[in-house]
Amino acid sequence: MNFENQGVIKRLADQYGPENLTVVLGNGEANGVEVFAETVTQGDPSYAGPLAGVALKIPVYHVLEEDVMGQVPEKLREEKLQLSSLVIDIEPMHQVLQSSREKL
Amino acid sequence: MQKGKKIIAIGERDGVPGPVIAECLEGAGYEVIFQATECFV
Repeated sequence: MNFENQGVIKRLADQYGPENLTVVLGNGEANGVEVFAETVTQGDPSYAGPLAGVALKIPVYHVLEEDVMGQVPEKLREEKLQLSSLVIDIEPMHQVLQSSREKL
Repeated sequence: MQKGKKIIAIGERDGVPGPVIAECLEGAGYEVIFQATECFV
């Protein structure tokens, strides 16, 4: 996750409280999802960004996970997410993110 | 996903972009407080 976004998330967590936040990703590939999840739960694994050493423990979902997609109104889902859901393999990301959430 | 949480949407250029995530989650009744689109090259 780039440093600019890490900085914004840190500020929002200070403002609203991390327990009131949820991060929703839109990654196209599983590669990188684990690092995203680790960054906002345990802290920046590269120890270089604003979230280095900051364990916010914010739950992370992917927008195409059933738990999220199922809450989006059908018309929006068909218009905006259906095509992506055909080309993006969500299962490996679901496994990684579910495991991350269970550790919180 | 728990209702009532404030959403931070981090999309990806080659996946689902931030504005699309935000639109969908707002449609589902969530408050989106930040959205961005990252780009991996």
